[in-house]
Amino acid sequence: MATPFSSQLVNLLAAFLLLLAFAMLSQRRVLTLIKMFAWQGAALAASTLIVAYSTDQKHLYFSAALTLVLKVALIPWALHRLIDRLNVRWDVETLINIPITMLIGIGLAIFAFALATPIAQMAGTLTRSTLGIALASVLLAFLMMIVRRKAVPQVIGFLAMENGLFFAATSATYGMPLVVELGVALDVLVGTFIFGIFFFHIREQFDSLDIRHMEKLKED
Amino acid sequence: MTTATGIAFQLLQSVFVVLAAPLLLGWVNQCRAWLQNRSAPSLLLPYYTLAKLFHKDAVIAHDASPLFRLTPYVLFGCMWLAAGIVPVLATDLPFAPAADIIALVGVFALARVFAALAAMDIGTSFGGLGARREMLIGFLAEPAMLMTLFTAAFISGSTQLTTIVETLAHREFAIYPSLAFAAVAFGMVLLAENARIPIDNPATHLELTMLHEALILEYSARHLALIEWAVAIKLFAYLTIGFALFAPWGIAAAGDWGTLPLAVAALALKLALAGAALALVEAVLAKMRLFLAPEFLSTAFLLAVLGMLIHFLVQG
Amino acid sequence: MSGSPLTGSLVALLAWLAIAALSLLPGRDAWFARRLAFPLGALAGLALAAFGLQAAWAPVAQMTLPLGLPDLPFHLRLDGLAGFFLTLLGAVSAGVTLYANGYFRDETSARLTLISLQYHVFLASMALVVLADDAYLFMVAWETMALSSYFLVTTDHRLPAVRSAGFLYLLIAHLGAIAILLSFGVMHGGQGDYTFNALRAAELTPFWATAAFLLAFFGFGAKAGMIPLHAWLPEAHPAAPTPVSALMSGIMLKTAIYGMVRVIYDLIGGVRWEWGLLVLAVGAGTTLFGVLYALMQHDLKRLLAYHSVENIGIILLGLGMSMVFVGFGQTAAGALGLIAALYHTLNHAVFKALLFLGAGSILRLRGLRDLNDMGGLIRTMPNTAFYFLVGALAISALPPLNGFVSEWLTFQTALQAPLLEHGVVRSLLPLFAATLALAGALTAMCFVKVYGIAFLGQVRAPRHPVHAPAAGAGRDCGGAERMGMAWLAAGCAVLGLFPASFLLTLNRICVALLGGGVPESALESSWLWLVPTSAAQASYSPVIFLAVIVAVTWLTFLLVRRFYHGRVRYSHPWDCGYPEQTARMQETADAFGQPIRHVFGPLYLMKRHLPAPDDPAPRYSLRIEDRHWYLLYLPVARLAEFVSAKIGLLQRGRISIYLLYSFLTLIGLLVFVR
Repeated sequence: MATPFSSQLVNLLAAFLLLLAFAMLSQRRVLTLIKMFAWQGAALAASTLIVAYSTDQKHLYFSAALTLVLKVALIPWALHRLIDRLNVRWDVETLINIPITMLIGIGLAIFAFALATPIAQMAGTLTRSTLGIALASVLLAFLMMIVRRKAVPQVIGFLAMENGLFFAATSATYGMPLVVELGVALDVLVGTFIFGIFFFHIREQFDSLDIRHMEKLKED
Repeated sequence: MTTATGIAFQLLQSVFVVLAAPLLLGWVNQCRAWLQNRSAPSLLLPYYTLAKLFHKDAVIAHDASPLFRLTPYVLFGCMWLAAGIVPVLATDLPFAPAADIIALVGVFALARVFAALAAMDIGTSFGGLGARREMLIGFLAEPAMLMTLFTAAFISGSTQLTTIVETLAHREFAIYPSLAFAAVAFGMVLLAENARIPIDNPATHLELTMLHEALILEYSARHLALIEWAVAIKLFAYLTIGFALFAPWGIAAAGDWGTLPLAVAALALKLALAGAALALVEAVLAKMRLFLAPEFLSTAFLLAVLGMLIHFLVQG
Repeated sequence: MSGSPLTGSLVALLAWLAIAALSLLPGRDAWFARRLAFPLGALAGLALAAFGLQAAWAPVAQMTLPLGLPDLPFHLRLDGLAGFFLTLLGAVSAGVTLYANGYFRDETSARLTLISLQYHVFLASMALVVLADDAYLFMVAWETMALSSYFLVTTDHRLPAVRSAGFLYLLIAHLGAIAILLSFGVMHGGQGDYTFNALRAAELTPFWATAAFLLAFFGFGAKAGMIPLHAWLPEAHPAAPTPVSALMSGIMLKTAIYGMVRVIYDLIGGVRWEWGLLVLAVGAGTTLFGVLYALMQHDLKRLLAYHSVENIGIILLGLGMSMVFVGFGQTAAGALGLIAALYHTLNHAVFKALLFLGAGSILRLRGLRDLNDMGGLIRTMPNTAFYFLVGALAISALPPLNGFVSEWLTFQTALQAPLLEHGVVRSLLPLFAATLALAGALTAMCFVKVYGIAFLGQVRAPRHPVHAPAAGAGRDCGGAERMGMAWLAAGCAVLGLFPASFLLTLNRICVALLGGGVPESALESSWLWLVPTSAAQASYSPVIFLAVIVAVTWLTFLLVRRFYHGRVRYSHPWDCGYPEQTARMQETADAFGQPIRHVFGPLYLMKRHLPAPDDPAPRYSLRIEDRHWYLLYLPVARLAEFVSAKIGLLQRGRISIYLLYSFLTLIGLLVFVR
């Protein structure tokens, strides 16, 4: 059984996406994290483009372009500005033990693959085998949000999660209708800015972006 | 394939690897010198060094046991054996079925254990330090290495390097994401196992930072020459294992004299590229703190595992 | 039918019992126990090994002994599986017993008599465990084994540490025995017939089958030393006299593996893959735990005991993979896993007994058990050093010795994973194999530490000797000890170099147990090659491997000699410009474990004492403790104490109150049976 070349390329990009998800999980530096997020966006855009070309789905071209503009250029740029303004550029986070996080990550990946296999068999698309990877990226991004202590990496985790969902949509059903995608993209953009504003407030309040301080808000 | 030509090929390859290995080392050193904007030493410098060492009188500590004097020969023997197993020039060598990739990892482990034991033999504090660090790198690298090899074994359904090469070389062109992961993992293990930057610095002689050099601190003259030569063969063997798994094109079949020149040319090209790449990696990276090595190698392990999982998912 | 191998094994077993009884003979200086008992015991062991090997190829033999309770005779049965374990028992015990003859040379007559009695009863009871064919005899033999080994462990019962180790051992052994008994109870399902034939025939619902499996796994696991029931092992092994440690670690733990295989594959039958996953998970945990704690030890016998825990884990990994494959209906791959597990059982018995004997020689002749006291022993004990090196290389799974073969087979089993239908299980198997790879490399590190510190380097001044060095210190061990170790070292080599014929035998056992095995054509092709499935898939030839490595090493030596010269000058080692080097500056066992403590820090419970900066007599101390003590054992002990205290309230010390209890019980019973 020879899989067509385009689908091989998508598989490769999917693997790259997963690799980036793991790399983000283990990354200590905020700046590198943003760079990786941009790379993830680029991989996403490329894979969407390939799917669009090989299945001749016009609207996917738009989503590819949208991803490129939004996730490779706009949001990373905004995040860069944000950390410059907040002056958290050199934040090196101490995570909970990285190898343990990685092991949990591997467990999640196996779980996601197991979950996706029956669904993938139902989907008739060319790229169905990447569904597991998409699911795994979502879960890994979620894990990243849980184990991070600083606010900026958490937001990146949130955005990465959206990347995974987008990829899942492309691979399972050749993408959502354009209107939905536009809406989601707008939501993400607005979300990022709202987060940015929140950061400033959090920092004003606590002099730090360490979200452990938020625990103080609880009323006893 | 008649047995006689098979054995001729086998001997040819073994001798070729042993003789060519220092050349590879010379090439890597040359490339690195260029990258560092130094004037490069001669390509043949490793040979001169070996010849110089062989002609000297060996100096051995009073307390040395027979194990200490035996070890250089065992190391050299192990690496020579490895050079016989890996399909460097040709597949289907008569000796290849005697050891598969798992046994190959075993050979490297055997060599490592002997080197570490010899280092502890004299009873100096540096020997013990080197042995401890070498074993640390070893136990981290071995699982990663095996997982890498497992990925290739799952794709080709075999742990025989010959079969792996034949399956991978003669398939229709396809991108295996799992192999790409495994290749990166393999590269990281290669750096660690061969005591290259970022894990170890082959050029250092500062006691506190060295790994491999601390291990062989007590050796001199012909013993040291054998060990250095074994190190060169090990690097050569690792690179050729990498070619066998990830770039198996252009290799000859045993007994087929016609394709041999092509195989030699392909090998030379691949080695030149890989050597240059190695030098580039070493020029770009800095040596890591010793206790970052576990992180480096667990990343390699993770990549290998991911490769395997992706293989099961995408191709399964 | 009473086949000849069965009769022969029975005779060998009786010979052990007879030796045990004869040891009690009064006589000057216990001459029988001192001169004859152990050599004869070794002979009986050899005979047993021969009969066991024969039994693997003979038809199944059964026998009913006119012993036991009325209506409940003892049944014996000798099939391939039992034959294999008899071979293991006989062959390994032969080496250990030979060694014991020399080791116990300096004991007093009274002690020697008792040791010889318990020692041979212990051997006979292990043989009986393997031969038993009904639950009743099995439990009798199992308990005899536990009790005789308990008495052997507490040979030095005057030391409080030994007494408490023995108590812990007895306690966990009995917890295990209860679980095994319950498992038999579940399996027989209320028919009142406890022969294994009846248990085999009993049809169990999946629920009850799983219950029986869990009980048996727990019960046998307690004996085998799997986590979290391993706590007795590192206490009891160092406490026992060394040949006994060798027997317990080498053979007695393996009777538990025998029990697992017998009960799970043979008696319960219908193996489910979920069970296999449980076994795999426990096995992986046991493997890693064992080796990581072994790396932290500086008491040599304790270290070896932790390695026994690790190797039990490796066996469980093979067994678990086999169960997974069998559960999915892949009999051939399942057989491969079972072969790997059984072969590792044999290999571990051989090399671990050898290592214990080496440790015993150091203990007896030098009075040393702490690695940090040893050093440079290779110069004064070259024979022991050589045999220990063989054992160390074998346990480190280095080719071409035997430990590598069984690990290789386990890896090959894991590589059969694509045969499985279930996606998750399929991706889990190679991960368990990675655990094995990690453990193998860690073992190599641990034995580099042991060998490098004890045998290599410079002689250290002992700081914590167990006793003064034996008379004529500076000697190597005597002839009997040397023969015992040579026998086991030869075993390591033969099992490593010629595995194919042994595997053929094991394959027969698998065919009998699973109804299918590895294709014989592959195994049979040649004694030189080890081919588990097909030559294109994997092959390994230890003989050629060794021949080439020796030839190449020799050739290098000759070439270097021929073209250069062999002159050597002797000098002081490089001192890095600091000339005051002493033997105390060498690497210690604790220093060698430092990177492990760093990498796996969260797994240990470390109690560190750092001196204050102005301390006049600074001392640094580090104790590594087992978390299981605090998480499992102590809470259970506290609970037991609490319950006992409550029950203790019943004790009033007045006769009339006790009579009242009996009276109330009687009334209660009368009401109940009304």
